[in-house]
Amino acid sequence: MTIDGLLYIALVFALVLGAAFPLGRYIAAIFEGRVTWLRPVETGFYRLAGIEEARQMGWQSYAIALLLLSVIHFGLLYAILRLQYYLPFNPLHIAGMSPRLAFNTAASFTTNTNWQAYVPEQQISNGAQMIGLCVHMFLSAAAGIAAAGAVMRAFTGSGLKTLGNFYTDLTRVTLYLLIPGALITATLLVLAGAPQTFAQAIQLHTLQSGAQPLAIGPVAFQEAIKEFGTNGGGFFNANSAHPFENPNAWTNLLENWLLLVIGFALPIAFGHMVKDKSQGRTLMAAMAIILALGCVGAYAAEATGNPLQTAAGVQASGNWEGKEMRFGIPASTTFNVSATCTSTGAVDSFADSYTPLGGAIPMFLMQLGEVTPGGVGSGFYTIIVFALLSVFVAGLMVGRTPEYLGKKVQAKEIKLAMLGVLILTLFILAGAGFSLITSSGVGSLANAGPHGLSEMLYAWTSATENNGSAFAGISADTKLLDYGLGAAMLFGRFAFMVPILAIAGSLAAKPKLAESAGTFPTTGPLFTFLLIGVIIILGGLQFMPADTLGPLAEHFLLYAGKSF
Amino acid sequence: MILRELRPAFSLVVLFTFLLGLVLPGIFTGAMQAVLPWQANGSLIRQNGQAIGSALIGQNFSGAQYFTPRPSALSPTPYTQDTSGASNLGPTSKVLLASVKQRVAAYLKAYGPGPVPADAVTASASGLDPDISLQNALRQAPAVAKARHLPFTTVTALVENMAHHPFLGIIGTDHVNVLKLNLALEHLPAS
Repeated sequence: MTIDGLLYIALVFALVLGAAFPLGRYIAAIFEGRVTWLRPVETGFYRLAGIEEARQMGWQSYAIALLLLSVIHFGLLYAILRLQYYLPFNPLHIAGMSPRLAFNTAASFTTNTNWQAYVPEQQISNGAQMIGLCVHMFLSAAAGIAAAGAVMRAFTGSGLKTLGNFYTDLTRVTLYLLIPGALITATLLVLAGAPQTFAQAIQLHTLQSGAQPLAIGPVAFQEAIKEFGTNGGGFFNANSAHPFENPNAWTNLLENWLLLVIGFALPIAFGHMVKDKSQGRTLMAAMAIILALGCVGAYAAEATGNPLQTAAGVQASGNWEGKEMRFGIPASTTFNVSATCTSTGAVDSFADSYTPLGGAIPMFLMQLGEVTPGGVGSGFYTIIVFALLSVFVAGLMVGRTPEYLGKKVQAKEIKLAMLGVLILTLFILAGAGFSLITSSGVGSLANAGPHGLSEMLYAWTSATENNGSAFAGISADTKLLDYGLGAAMLFGRFAFMVPILAIAGSLAAKPKLAESAGTFPTTGPLFTFLLIGVIIILGGLQFMPADTLGPLAEHFLLYAGKSF
Repeated sequence: MILRELRPAFSLVVLFTFLLGLVLPGIFTGAMQAVLPWQANGSLIRQNGQAIGSALIGQNFSGAQYFTPRPSALSPTPYTQDTSGASNLGPTSKVLLASVKQRVAAYLKAYGPGPVPADAVTASASGLDPDISLQNALRQAPAVAKARHLPFTTVTALVENMAHHPFLGIIGTDHVNVLKLNLALEHLPAS
């Protein structure tokens, strides 16, 4: 570890947190319908789609609209992937995906996961990326942000029967936030060298290796929304490590900023919506502290390097296997930790080759439930669940009525919240456990010893938490993992989102009580640390036994000089 | 209840697919092709009218007269330009350790005794890493100079001249683009 490396981490935080405040205010204005600079386009969409702008939806209608749109969009992507051979923009005549791979990929992009069981350069056409995947990168992100907006509205008043209008939320977030952000940053990416062309291969005559096709495509546009919407699905197999997706250290910093900024802006937006900015800042502080610990920890682990390689005569300068020269160690680890903390799952270096502790940190951060700051929207509504659990735990400890922003938190909400937390854990641990007792699951592993267990555990964690990164040595296109992880992604997204909308609906209807002497304060350092404690204990502790057998065991074996 | 949502949900999917999947990428691609054509088409380096590579994508070089890039995990051929990826071998992998030991021995044999920079014996993330560390390039310089019958100082000066350095010591690393460096070598006047 060097001071320069730590300064890089500090720089990322300063840029992200600095931008989150104005962006959060802007997002709140979008949710409140006060942003109108594309009004003609917006109303045109409403007219064509038959949307009544003034309509307000209860939580059930909101959830049904969101689910229905997701189902339709899932079906469209499945069809595109199966039929890509016949569709335009397929200059290499790439064949359609198999049913199970198309299912897995459609589930992955509908749920904002972007787990990739396919090899992009060989298995998907420019057209399917552009018309299929890229559109999902906008809409799945917008759906998550819309749901977060609905949850925010639950705390804005007394006896509310509705949470907003899903269609206007989705349209406004896409038009006013995601499209301008993507266009501006995509232009910067092209300026730095990310390609933007409809060609899919260019013939090269390389100096020593002769004639070879060079893979290319409309990369920059997809790369921008891939990070901004915390999607993470790489245009190429090597994801953000590929020089065309991430040409230099500046684009790496830009992409790192881009994938964090909405996640940190949403709690600020919440503060504006509920007219109590310190509530938002408190949530943001908890997110930032956990992320900072993760960034520093992973950097320390990777900068320490691999003792087996040092013993083999390699100069001690950190663990360089699976990292790109132009980024360096601190920028690589910070990118990967940011992308696992946000459910982006983009990678600029390969976690399978990280040191045991360097790889354990991203995995553990996902297991916390993707709240630091989590995926766009999903991270926000998940941290609200943890905030409700925190006031409940605090209420039990000091004997006060649990309230959050004047809303009484009662048995119904706590049961739904705990169900959400436990059900995801069960899916991850049972899924990984089951896979490892099947010969198909074991056959998918690329590495032996405890690292093999880590690979499988990481896969189920990443899918269920809708992250999408991988210990990428695993062979993911098998019957077991295509269907199993596909189900995990759908479940992790929707079986979690719907109970949260139900909680929001239930809280919205309650009276908003005035603060009294008996109210436990939900702002300030005390609540921040209580929240961090609840996230780590409730979110993370359940995974300790499994993590001990995987990365922790590998760490001690590595230092005992063992290899597998 | 579901029927009521069918039209807006379906229409929004269709409208946004049209806007985000066709109209915007079409306009954006057209604009970039017009304004930044070199970058938008892959930052190609041309010689005698032929594209010989991309300034951003590494390619394989072997033999003493060229600087050698980082190991590439792409198989069967390293630096295959239409694939990408890492080794994904874990820190305790016997396969990884054996490859690293083999590369260390080869490096010491080619460039003489001295430190072995980590980037020279570990596979990159993309398998297409265009760069090597400045230290690695300087270690290779004497052997390259000898093979090309060039003065050692000329080659070292070229490396130093082409090196990138981190901005304010924070953003980026000390590194050299191997393809550009090898092309520049070819244009050095023979001694």
